Amino acid sequence: MRGNMGKEYETVIGLEVHVELATRTKIFCGCSTAFGGAPNTHTCPVCAGMPGALPVLNRRVVEYAMAVGLALNCDIVRDCKFDRKNYFYPDNPQNYQISQLYLPICRDGFVEIETAGGSRRVGIHEIHMEEDAGKLIHDEWEDCSLVDYNRSGVPLIEIVSRPDLRSAEEVMAYLEQLRLTIQYLGASDCKLQEGSMRADVNLSVRETGASEFGTRTEMKNLNSFRSVRRAIENERERQIDLLEAGEEVVQETRRWDDERECSYPMRSKEDARDYRYFPDPDLPPVYISQGWLEEIRDRQPELPWEKRKRYGEEYGIPDNDIEIITGSRRLAELFEGASALCGQPKKVSNWLMVETQRLLKEQGMEPEDIRFSPEHLAGLVKLAEKGEINSTVAKEVFQAMFDRDVDPESYVEEQGLRTVNDEGALKKTVEEVIAANPRSVEDYRNGKEKAMGFLVGQTMKAMKGKADPGSVNRLLKELLQHWKMD
Amino acid sequence: MHMNILSCTAAELGEAIREGRTDAMEAMRAVLEQIDKTEEEYHCYVTLDREGALERAARVQRRIEAGELTGPLAGVPMAVKDNLCTAGMRTTCASRMLENFVPSYTAEALLNLERAGAVLIGKTNMDEFAMGSTTETSYFGVTRNPENTEHVPGGSSGGSAAAVAGKECFFALGSDTGGSIRQPASYCGVVGMKPTYGTVSRYGLIAYGSSLDQIGPLTKDVRDCAVVLEAMASHDEKDSTSVKREDMDFTAGLLEDVEGMRIGIPRDYFGEGISDEVKCAVLGAAECLREQGALVEEFDLSLTEYAIPAYYTIAAAEASSNLERFDGVKYGYRAPGEEGLHAMYKRTRSEGFGPEVKRRIMLGSFVLSSGYYDAYYLKALRVKNLIKQAFDKAFSRFDVILGPVAPATAPRLGESLGDPLKMYLGDIYTIAVNLAGLPAISLPCGRDGRGLPIGLQLIGDCFQEKTLLRAAYTWEQRAKSTSGRAVSRPGGLAE
Repeated sequence: MRGNMGKEYETVIGLEVHVELATRTKIFCGCSTAFGGAPNTHTCPVCAGMPGALPVLNRRVVEYAMAVGLALNCDIVRDCKFDRKNYFYPDNPQNYQISQLYLPICRDGFVEIETAGGSRRVGIHEIHMEEDAGKLIHDEWEDCSLVDYNRSGVPLIEIVSRPDLRSAEEVMAYLEQLRLTIQYLGASDCKLQEGSMRADVNLSVRETGASEFGTRTEMKNLNSFRSVRRAIENERERQIDLLEAGEEVVQETRRWDDERECSYPMRSKEDARDYRYFPDPDLPPVYISQGWLEEIRDRQPELPWEKRKRYGEEYGIPDNDIEIITGSRRLAELFEGASALCGQPKKVSNWLMVETQRLLKEQGMEPEDIRFSPEHLAGLVKLAEKGEINSTVAKEVFQAMFDRDVDPESYVEEQGLRTVNDEGALKKTVEEVIAANPRSVEDYRNGKEKAMGFLVGQTMKAMKGKADPGSVNRLLKELLQHWKMD
Repeated sequence: MHMNILSCTAAELGEAIREGRTDAMEAMRAVLEQIDKTEEEYHCYVTLDREGALERAARVQRRIEAGELTGPLAGVPMAVKDNLCTAGMRTTCASRMLENFVPSYTAEALLNLERAGAVLIGKTNMDEFAMGSTTETSYFGVTRNPENTEHVPGGSSGGSAAAVAGKECFFALGSDTGGSIRQPASYCGVVGMKPTYGTVSRYGLIAYGSSLDQIGPLTKDVRDCAVVLEAMASHDEKDSTSVKREDMDFTAGLLEDVEGMRIGIPRDYFGEGISDEVKCAVLGAAECLREQGALVEEFDLSLTEYAIPAYYTIAAAEASSNLERFDGVKYGYRAPGEEGLHAMYKRTRSEGFGPEVKRRIMLGSFVLSSGYYDAYYLKALRVKNLIKQAFDKAFSRFDVILGPVAPATAPRLGESLGDPLKMYLGDIYTIAVNLAGLPAISLPCGRDGRGLPIGLQLIGDCFQEKTLLRAAYTWEQRAKSTSGRAVSRPGGLAE
């Protein structure tokens, strides 16, 4: 990026990404993590910070953190510990958050990202486990604040990257790669909008070629990929403007305002909090045995980049299809499942690439929300392949499958959609159509090819769509050749 | 002739109830009558629940008669330190902060005792949030030592110790972070034990120093101590620091046999500061055990002088964090009339906590603050490890370490609070045990010239409660048979 004074600037970005883990219960108690629920109904003495209550670590949280760490090429710290981060705020019932500072569970990993500029490796500094806070609701009407502890104690991991990112595009690619990887692992659904994935952006600028980093700011409250991108662009410009004006960037935490598309300082380094971190005496160190680690390693699913490679080698489908299908765990599962059942990966891919994408877009759905099963998709491919339904009927069946996950076989049966292969019946219908449309027949004979289309359409209509269009065409041509006008 | 219920030990009373010579109701009425007579003077309790106690006793009696409760403590009235949560009964930690706090659940240790049929009388006085050595920092006023009401009962479990000594209960529960069971037991002439860290669940104990806190019994004699601990100890999945033990049959340690037992006497514990009378009585007990066949030897434990600073650093650090939840938002005291959140926090905590608690919160916040963490907190943790190693070394040579509980007998009321540093130094013989997570028992071993009880402390290696109980039981039996002076002799059940 070039400033007004002709200097070239480089943006240096590091990300802190919080991911809410998909456990059924909270990190330190048995309360449900389910979203929603009346305020303070998913609470107990532990997650409400009652005196005398004690935390007990949820094993699944450790397993998800390990799985993410392994997928991101981290070292797993075999005797990690929990620390208390002390600060007074009502969203945290104990006034300390149980987190990991001194010995986080994962360290020193990396992620490969692909951008227009090629492939790059982004370092992971660490991943740690921690608990989420409750939610404060400010009631303007009653002029009071209320607190809901349903979210208090929901497990999170925080993935801290190294300052290896250089542009918004790289940040997007990095976030997308994290999201996809974690979804594949089943460790989280990673929805930025719903807050199950949150990113804080640490950003500084420096003159291109400089070896020292500039002063960085931390940006919070980024609720979508779009706001991450906008905030990065905005903050980069703000910092360059400051430097060009001969001013200094202040090390501070800033809050992004998505509506006004600008950020405000929250607190500066000077009034940075002293969190007085120390090891939580209520939680012994988490000892991860070799056996446990191996168990998690063995359970790791095939990851997106591994799938991409294998699809190219095994299925012979276009790269673009591979990219889209492996871009969602659900699509990949449907693709592999259906292909294995019907042996027609190209056909399966086609359904997933065209009709599925169209309907997802139309209904504003994510691939993860798809309801139909690989068995039913395979069934549909087989029906079409055997010519038992024509392509128009197939689309209709697919729509029903997409909406209600119907079994294509029985749906076709119930709705009477099977292609009629009775030559006699078809011939009879074609003769009737010719007899009923002398004008079109005349036109056809006078060389108007368009008239043929009309006649085919009329025949299909008379057959209620169940005829094979190829056969209709052939029969029409045959009969018209010998047709004698009365 | 009436049975003298009040002079029974808990085990004797339990037996009498099982045999139908008395019942849980009669026992509870006897205790409540005693409370009526002496409580105004002693002030052992913060909360007394007379009606509830009688109802609970009646329920337990029915279950005893139905054959559902057959254990040694069925029907026996107990008192519980007011930092153990009791569902439906206020739990104050003797603080204005929790003056009206009623928990929704009961501490696991207490649940275990209730399952065994023990009957709760009420909640005993203590130093505020267990911070203090005299029970004088209580928001609800001082407790007097039944042995001499001009003197403190010790602390922080002073109410529990006084209730046992004053016969206002048959046994009591306390908590021990740096000597808070053993020292008041010593001052009041009763038996008190701090078990190995992790033996009794801390679930429902309002934390002071989480890595040091342990719940334990205060009882009339060594047998009761074993019986109560056996009923109370359990592996609890709700407490991550709870230990799974196979050897919790503590009453099996009640043997009068120290033949060949190796007893070490740390010279460090008999140096400067200890009163001659205490020294004499404690060494007398050692001599008695030697006569019974124990191998008694002096040794240097070392590091004793570092235990106090390490302890006050670690305990205060943990306390500063543990007590953050008392902020006026969710429960407990809230300063009235404050508009802003931070002003409300400040005033609530300024008014809700007493001076000793605030002192320790400030100390703890300081040692954890950035720039000081390494110099204080981490260094204290290193000292803690060294102290543990010193004990490990000692226990490679000895089965039991024998010493005093406190340098002197109970001070007079009002003598201690003016000089907190001196008060802290009084913990010198008890706190190392908490730092190392060891079990230790305090039991009477004579009186000083003013008739105040002197305490003997026996320290064991981790999980060696039974060895401790064996040595303690042996001493108690010898003391009873020789002079009757050391132990307030429990009365028999006269018909």
